[in-house]
Amino acid sequence: MSGAGIGSMSRRELLMMIGAAAGSSVAYRAMASLDMVPESDYKGPIKLEGDPKGASVLILGAGLAGLVAALELRKAGYKVQVLEYNQRVGGRNWTLRGGDSYTELGGFEQKCEFDPGLYLNPGPWRLPYHHNAILDYCKRLGVVLEPFNQVNYNAYLHSSKAFGGKPQRYRHIQADFNGGVAELLAKSTKQKKMDQLVTKEDREILLESLKGWGALENDYTYRMGLESSGRRGYDHDPNGGTIGKPVPSKPISIDEILKSGLWRYLVHGHIYEFQTTLFQPVGGMDMISKAFAREVGDAVRFNCKVTAIKQDGHKVTATYVDAKTGGAPTQVSADWCLCTIPASVLSQIDLDVSAPMHDAINALPYEASIKVGLQAKRRFWEQDESIYGGVTFTDLPNNMIGYPNTGYFGSGKGVLLGAYTFGPNAYEFTALSPQERVKKAIEFGAQIHPQYKDEIENGIAVGWHRVPWILGCAGAWTEEKRKQHYDNICRIDGRVLLAGEHVSYIPAWQEGAITSSLNAISRLHQRVVNG
Amino acid sequence: MRGPIPNKDKLMTPISRSARLALCAGLMLGLTSQAAQAVDHSFSNGFKFQETTGEAIFQGVCQGCHMPQGQGAVGAGAYPALAGNPRLASKVYPAFMVVNGNKAMPSFGAMFDDDQVAAVANYVRSHFGNNYTDQVTPAEVKALRPKKPAASE
Repeated sequence: MSGAGIGSMSRRELLMMIGAAAGSSVAYRAMASLDMVPESDYKGPIKLEGDPKGASVLILGAGLAGLVAALELRKAGYKVQVLEYNQRVGGRNWTLRGGDSYTELGGFEQKCEFDPGLYLNPGPWRLPYHHNAILDYCKRLGVVLEPFNQVNYNAYLHSSKAFGGKPQRYRHIQADFNGGVAELLAKSTKQKKMDQLVTKEDREILLESLKGWGALENDYTYRMGLESSGRRGYDHDPNGGTIGKPVPSKPISIDEILKSGLWRYLVHGHIYEFQTTLFQPVGGMDMISKAFAREVGDAVRFNCKVTAIKQDGHKVTATYVDAKTGGAPTQVSADWCLCTIPASVLSQIDLDVSAPMHDAINALPYEASIKVGLQAKRRFWEQDESIYGGVTFTDLPNNMIGYPNTGYFGSGKGVLLGAYTFGPNAYEFTALSPQERVKKAIEFGAQIHPQYKDEIENGIAVGWHRVPWILGCAGAWTEEKRKQHYDNICRIDGRVLLAGEHVSYIPAWQEGAITSSLNAISRLHQRVVNG
Repeated sequence: MRGPIPNKDKLMTPISRSARLALCAGLMLGLTSQAAQAVDHSFSNGFKFQETTGEAIFQGVCQGCHMPQGQGAVGAGAYPALAGNPRLASKVYPAFMVVNGNKAMPSFGAMFDDDQVAAVANYVRSHFGNNYTDQVTPAEVKALRPKKPAASE
């Protein structure tokens, strides 16, 4: 892989690579960053001032965008009603626990067999510290958060094609990559090869900084010794008493690291969304939607499959049928409609909006993604390998192994995220039956943790293209599509406007859904109050 | 690579009614749905699909949405059936959809080469009760690609 520099890559491949390393949402984020788009600028609870004079809003979809709108609009004096396809609130804010059953498209049913207290978040699983809106709602609604470890220096980076397929500790690759690069740069600097780029005065500072950054020795080499072991760890850790003397470990050479390709995974903790500190709700991601349900659950009508959204100069009318049995259509009308139905589904609904908004909705398919949760009889990653939370990355199709960021040192069972995959492999996983996906995740994971063979006892797999109410994981924006369609998907189209992660520059993130909703209802409120 | 799975029965989920129906349909066609769904297809390496035959591409990728017997699926939205779909009368139609996508269907143009698109388009037009004999060629697929590759270079 070392031969394939970024220069030889297409932009798409680069973004896919970032996606592979860090989660597809990051790839989209990277796309967004090329547009110089600002981050979430949430500045505290929304203030919808002025009297809506009894105006009513029909909200379609009880995911986070819909729930936020219901909560805030009702507080501001609107009459709100929410229609939801599922029998629960939350949408992708979703947690699977023992006893739950889940039927995907095609009728494939899975029963979750996790022990009490264990869970899988099939959708979002982490909250960056700067996603201020969702963090504020957690605070306001009493959702208890705990740290989510993105980077674990003792987890693994794994390539089936390097180091004989033996997983490498993150800290080894990280320290040795930095050390190796620092040594190369220091060498070039000392050989005056950098003189075109660095002033004479800065040269000494550069050398000093490389030494500190890379853990170089006084002669600017990175080699086996207490300096390098201070980063990568020791063969024998410094300790007390008569056996306390540390034994340094031997670094991996920079050419071996480059050839291994494992450097590609080092970026993930440096990406804005994945920088420390991240959080997760204690007990599962759906604690957030459950908290919303306590506030506005009474406004939600479940089991409603929307089939048409019509509007005239005075009102919006949605037609829906029972999501399970079909049957006679029912209509409900309101002055306005905030529609959070995913574009992948909305594009198939008889919808009364302008051509530009139609074009925008039709232009937005959803990305592929799969997650597999695996229950282990014991927390072997902690007990055998001292891995406490965080993520292992692999070039195998399962892409990641996520260790639970909660319940540390428990003597009972634990649930691993056994696969979290995007791109071609996600389509390929989705094309398998759920039990085959679980089997594959076990097969791949066993190449990293041989304990899998004895310890994994059941699993559950969610391929997002088979999720009946969304048909994919998140809006697949490209830079080109944004230019062409983004403004149109945001517009107030007569009496209809859209919200959700797909109406944001941070697709796939719950923050995108919430800030999109807050922005939509602010604009709607302005329209209502100002006439 | 495939090691024994502990408590294998626990991993198996009950076959749903529609899956059983699909299984029956498959047997009638001389295929088995189990074979289609339990196929040990290989996973691609990198950002492009590596399946080459129409059958491998369909089973490895397409059936995720269009289902093992091409029967499609309906939820809040739907995936169209390929079985008996009159739109497949045009040999260009499925190839165009694979390359460019439409609504909920993503474009796969960047992940398949022209040969792969032709192979899978011809496969679906000659399976699942479809009996079209004319074939789309890779050259014809190439002509379906957007002039300027969408957001890729």
